[in-house]
Amino acid sequence: MMKWVFCTLILLSIIFAIISGDVAAVSEAALAESGNAVTLAISLAGVICLWSGVMRIAQKAGVTEFLAAAFRPILSRLFRGINAKGKAMQYIVLNLTANLLGLGNASTPFGIAAMKELEKEEQTGEKASNNMILFVVMNTASLQIIPTTVAALRLKNGSSDPMEILPAVWIVSGVTLTITIIVTVILSKIMGRSKRKS
Amino acid sequence: MSISDFAIPAIFAFVLIFALIKKVDVFTEFVEGVKEGVKTVSEVFPALFALVISVGMFRASGATTFLSNAISPLTDLIGFPKEAIPLAILRPFSGSGATAIADGILADSNPDSFAGRVASVMLGSSETTFYVIAVYFAATKIKQTRHTLPAALSGDVLICVLSAIVVGLLFY
Repeated sequence: MMKWVFCTLILLSIIFAIISGDVAAVSEAALAESGNAVTLAISLAGVICLWSGVMRIAQKAGVTEFLAAAFRPILSRLFRGINAKGKAMQYIVLNLTANLLGLGNASTPFGIAAMKELEKEEQTGEKASNNMILFVVMNTASLQIIPTTVAALRLKNGSSDPMEILPAVWIVSGVTLTITIIVTVILSKIMGRSKRKS
Repeated sequence: MSISDFAIPAIFAFVLIFALIKKVDVFTEFVEGVKEGVKTVSEVFPALFALVISVGMFRASGATTFLSNAISPLTDLIGFPKEAIPLAILRPFSGSGATAIADGILADSNPDSFAGRVASVMLGSSETTFYVIAVYFAATKIKQTRHTLPAALSGDVLICVLSAIVVGLLFY
């Protein structure tokens, strides 16, 4: 995937540069952006270090488990047909809680463990189960209390209030998550029905 | 004073008090966390570097402007800023690419402009859809992902539409 993104961007930019006649700008960008990449990484590093410091404390104190216990009742209603106290459910809850806290390093291993447990518990074979689909879709819709990368980017580019977008991010991601859950559940029902007919 | 001013102090206070009650060695763990943060950055850096260069060349060539102008009649209908179109396209494919392109958008348009705010909200509300799907299903023997991709992509489209609407409502 990444090789295509990388090659498409570079080759298209060279084609465009030749058409528009401004090859110098593209060549200059390649050099100038090398420096900007380092600046960008340093801007991100500050916020990432701050956040992973605080969240390491939170993890050691058991905040993830504490919040997970609060989310479990809602989530066990969304994921039907699996054991509410089983391993799969446990990893699903931990993964989604870690996502909420912006713990990228912790959430992915939980997510992969959840998929493997779902596979075992539901004996899926080669076809994804409705619960797997819902779980993956919920992971593709981000729900994060503090979007750290965005804050760092806004700070770097001279925003007068880097955090002012917070309420907007909460509303957009909350509404999107809710609607995509509904869409996924409806699609699961339609797909299930058409399967029975055939 | 607004809710966004309180978010970070509130989380810090909650985490610290919670940790003190649970008798966590707060300072040592914070420093350990920072160490993990440095590791994360160094792991992400090579890919980020590659995408910043390629996205930078792409933008300098005028390709983003061409693409944005070509699609803008469609996005104008919902009041979506055309500066943010490249971000909407790249977002599901590459996390580093999205970061790189958002950085460019915020540098060109002010972060506090309409386009800058919409781009910020989009980046903060979305995930690297294709990457997530690939990584999660790769852990299993699943070959047919059924309606995973359509459902996930409908969420990505929704994020673009909602970002423009919510930023419009909250800031203007």
